[in-house]
Amino acid sequence: MAKFIEKAKNFVNTKVLKKTHKRVDIESEYVLETKELGITFGGLKAAQDVNLKIKKNQIYGLIGPNGAGKTTVFNLLTGVYQPTTGTFYLNGSDLTGLSQEKINQKGIARTFQNIRLFNNMSVVRNVMVGLSNQPEYKCSLFESIFRLPRHFKVEKKMRARAKELLDIFGLLDERNNLACNLPYGKQRKLEIARALATNPKLLLLDEPAAGMNPNETEDLVNTIKYIRDNFDMTILLIEHDMKFVSGLCDEITVLNFGTVLVEGKTKEALNNPEVIKAYIGG
Amino acid sequence: MMRRFTKNYLNYTIITLVMVVFAIMALATPMKDSTAFLFQKITVAVILAVSLNFVVGFLGELSLGHAGFMSIGAYLGGKLSLVIITAFGLENNNILVLIVALIVGALCAAACGVVVGFAALRLRGDYLAIVTLAFGEIVRVIFTNSSDSSFGGALGLKSPSFSKREMYILAIIGFLLILFTLFVIQNLLKSKTGRAITAIRDNEIAAKAMGIDVTKHKLMVFVIAAAFAGIAGVLFSYSKPLVEAKSFGYNYSIEILIIVVLGGIGSINGSIISATLITILNEKLTVYMTGDNAVYKDLFYAIILVLVVIYNNAPGLKNFREKYNFKNLFAKIFKPKHDPSKIKDDAAKWDVVPTKIQMDEVLSTDMVIDNTGDNNADIGERGGNK
Repeated sequence: MAKFIEKAKNFVNTKVLKKTHKRVDIESEYVLETKELGITFGGLKAAQDVNLKIKKNQIYGLIGPNGAGKTTVFNLLTGVYQPTTGTFYLNGSDLTGLSQEKINQKGIARTFQNIRLFNNMSVVRNVMVGLSNQPEYKCSLFESIFRLPRHFKVEKKMRARAKELLDIFGLLDERNNLACNLPYGKQRKLEIARALATNPKLLLLDEPAAGMNPNETEDLVNTIKYIRDNFDMTILLIEHDMKFVSGLCDEITVLNFGTVLVEGKTKEALNNPEVIKAYIGG
Repeated sequence: MMRRFTKNYLNYTIITLVMVVFAIMALATPMKDSTAFLFQKITVAVILAVSLNFVVGFLGELSLGHAGFMSIGAYLGGKLSLVIITAFGLENNNILVLIVALIVGALCAAACGVVVGFAALRLRGDYLAIVTLAFGEIVRVIFTNSSDSSFGGALGLKSPSFSKREMYILAIIGFLLILFTLFVIQNLLKSKTGRAITAIRDNEIAAKAMGIDVTKHKLMVFVIAAAFAGIAGVLFSYSKPLVEAKSFGYNYSIEILIIVVLGGIGSINGSIISATLITILNEKLTVYMTGDNAVYKDLFYAIILVLVVIYNNAPGLKNFREKYNFKNLFAKIFKPKHDPSKIKDDAAKWDVVPTKIQMDEVLSTDMVIDNTGDNNADIGERGGNK
């Protein structure tokens, strides 16, 4: 009987309460704050008790060996997965349980580990897709079908803004090429530009330097710093390139087997024997 | 300026011209009934193809139930408009009945589009195709088995229609409706919403992450496509005294899909052209292959389809395709042939080499130059003996 009650409670907690999770906003000095965020797939605890606290204008790193649950955390923060435990807050407002598009509209944008561009669209259109949800580019379906003046005005404004963003990433000359025809490094940059176009408060970068040569990586470091300074942005990134991480991040969190291993200042965390053990083994 | 015009308004212009010429011909000289009927058929096919292409080419979902939406438009549009019109006592005004039927048919089909759209949100690819196929069949079976007093059952619904003498009016209305379809779908595609739709096609996960409401856009596409299919259904039903459920079988859905695939998935103008050509082909084959030869009609049709698909898609024919296609043909007619002697430097040379074949030629000439120069010297040194 007791077993049955426990099962029922579990069922209500996971299946019912998840849907009716009451979102309570909190006062928070952090841009992103997660409280005991976790998800289980069947018996596998992919992420557990992840507590992140990211201040404004910080570049925060999330590292860990393969399969540590870094991308899972990103997926939780962007609504791809719904967390089974815990909550997360963006500037104090609870976003747990919202859908992907809602979370993006609230201000979290991301890039993907394996590039996901809109391949059959031109570069500038890729960015314009990102722009489309912002209030200043609002234009109803009726207005765009019947080509009322507002449609042209909004289109012009969007295109100009998209060009501005592309200019920052040095993609202006390639704006009319198809996205799939760009070289790899530029595709990564375009993904960041597209994410920025949604006007986020927090930018999640999933392995932005993967597959780049040292020159491109250095270029990327400067770009990310530029974004932080000029867009007033807070950035959370996953990366395996330790040089990149130590050159860029103020603080990092190291994950291993879905749990937080170490968190703190980059240098100290990277030299922590636990971390070295997790990476090298022994 | 000129380029922009041809890009945006060329198809409107051509269709308007065809319509005007057709109207003048029909009014000035007594036109053969079969010609007017053919034009009318073409207009129906074009509307269907463009609206299906909107789903298949731009949203990227396979729908095999287009004839189902069409039959909803034909049956409900025909029936309800009659009810409404009789209530107001206006049944003598043929055109007014048609307009009401078009609106009612479009709305009813759109409502069914919502139902299928909800399925589309849960399924994708082959599974969605099967659901839409089932939808078309369900609709057909329901109408076939309806009672004689409601939708006429297997015999068909007696709906208002135009006589053969007046068929040209229906064709002109059809042309106007093509223009309307193009206006709505093309403008939609060239707007913010259209970008969102193509973004969903290209990468749904990324589209969601960019804050695009996938649910809303998918439903919207299905509803709009269904509404235009309903309009086409009403047009179709008006060319016949009886609406029969068997004419909206899945074969018809497949035929529309064939038109879309042959015209090029994601190309509106391609759909228009292929809808026209295939309708004419079908019609002419029926005319010329009579008697014993009628058996070969389908075979002949199928062979032509296979050839066109091979020409369009076979990887082995890539070079052939690049050499002999419409683009090159038009370029030959409208542009003077490119003169290689006018090229001044290498940069310019690379600029004017758009196609792969020409690229290969440039590469091969470069290699010839290499062989005559340094390479020979290399061989000489290594060979030593001579």
